[in-house]
Amino acid sequence: MNGLVYTRYELLRTFRNRRFWLLSLGFPLIFFWLIASPQHNKILQGTGLTYAAYYMVSLASFGTMMSMVSTGARIAGERQVGWTRQLRISPLSIRAYFRAKVLTAYTMALLSLILLYISGALLGVSLPAGRWLEMTGLIVVGLLPFAALGVLLGHLVNTDAVGPLMGGLVSILAFLSGTWFAITSGFLHSFGQFLPSWWLVQARNVALDGQGWSARGWITVAAWTVILSAGAAWAYRRDTGRV
Amino acid sequence: MDQIRLDGLVKSFPSPNGPIRAVRGIDVSIAAGETVALLGPNGAGKSTTIDMMLGLSKPDGGSVSVFGRPPREAVDAGAVGAMLQTGQLIRDLSVRELVAMMAGLYPHPMDVDEALDLTGLRDISGQRTQKLSGGQTQRVRFAVAIVCNPDLLVLDEPTVAMDVEGRREFWSIMREFASRGKTVLFATHYLEEADANADRAILMAHGRIVADGPTTEIKARVGRRTLRATLPGIDSAELAELPGVASADRHGDAVILSCTDSDQTIRALLAHHPQAKDIEIVGAGLEAAFLELTGEPDIDDSEVLAP
Repeated sequence: MNGLVYTRYELLRTFRNRRFWLLSLGFPLIFFWLIASPQHNKILQGTGLTYAAYYMVSLASFGTMMSMVSTGARIAGERQVGWTRQLRISPLSIRAYFRAKVLTAYTMALLSLILLYISGALLGVSLPAGRWLEMTGLIVVGLLPFAALGVLLGHLVNTDAVGPLMGGLVSILAFLSGTWFAITSGFLHSFGQFLPSWWLVQARNVALDGQGWSARGWITVAAWTVILSAGAAWAYRRDTGRV
Repeated sequence: MDQIRLDGLVKSFPSPNGPIRAVRGIDVSIAAGETVALLGPNGAGKSTTIDMMLGLSKPDGGSVSVFGRPPREAVDAGAVGAMLQTGQLIRDLSVRELVAMMAGLYPHPMDVDEALDLTGLRDISGQRTQKLSGGQTQRVRFAVAIVCNPDLLVLDEPTVAMDVEGRREFWSIMREFASRGKTVLFATHYLEEADANADRAILMAHGRIVADGPTTEIKARVGRRTLRATLPGIDSAELAELPGVASADRHGDAVILSCTDSDQTIRALLAHHPQAKDIEIVGAGLEAAFLELTGEPDIDDSEVLAP
């Protein structure tokens, strides 16, 4: 029960945080309108998708990844000021603490997603209700590794480094996964498929033909979730080694 | 059952120069309703002891029982509130929201307004936590520690970085809370704070308890001053008879008087032996007093002390 109380205040705090509005919401929205609106009905070569549909999902993956990984900055900050220790002498369990962090990140990610869906719809993206839901479902699952990555970074990196590291990492992943331009062949195409962010961006194919991920996509996302969760657990134990 | 017990607590930390033995076997029993000061210089093992009492750190040996329960259970039941040595507040919440959030984590918390009133935060309850002064932040941290309405309140050097007025206010709030029949344990390295705010003081040095008793008694033991003077030809036994002198020593022409009341001693000394010169009176300081109490350094004392 007390986990819900904590989640409620965690959400309130995030809503009041300017960096969140800028990075997770503002940035993807601005880029979507800048890139997609001049030619929103044109088909992006090699993808079969309109510019609007392509960049709607691409920038949604960027914004939601940012929302999830931002957990790291919040955890690192709370560790640094000693708040985590204060919580450890309260009945709030560490599971409930992480749950609150991840739930908050997902709420923020969904908000970012909805704003981009609305923007996409305004620029002519039109899908049956079932496909909107399927796409959302894939993105929600595709974000699992990034939830773990947030916790991992929060316990591994100090406050000064976590901001640039997060920003850099998400930008590189976005680049390699075809957020900014379509990667349809070559080395980047084969390499990208090993990345969890690749499959996040691939959720766009639902808009094309209703096809979600291949088996390879599910396996990649599952593997990264397991690896990064184990990493997060390790980093947490290492960090609180005094117990 | 109705007490806090530490039995044979031992804790070491690894370091490049071999293990640091921060706590070397301490036994304490605190009755419900007592206000106890844990007194000692930096590195005495106070914070390590407190961490183990709160379940933040596991003892290498010995056991902790808080009202008959392991620390973690006592914390979950809301029986323990604590203000740790370092710590700031999380941002983007108002003072009231932060205190209410913490209250929401506990099974039977204090009314939020009551906690705010008690800590004098009512007037600034709408302010964001990142906009508070240092003293205000400490009071909010205090409110966070007591809002669970704990039976045991633990404060680890709570007044470090507070100004004189802040300290005065802080201790008056603490006494008000203690007067509700609460058990309070606070760590400090100021003898005056222990003397003014606790019934009992436990002295720690080098990871051990070196004295434990009523604060008045402890103060008498560690509050001594040393008077040094050049005074040839006077028998030290005679000097030991002077008022306020606990013991007298001679090294050549120099005499060293350990005084319980150095004001009386200096008056009497100059009245009886006006030829005394190079007079010097120094407060023993806790560190020196502890050394005196611990006697000779331990043979195994050569290792590094805890930071």
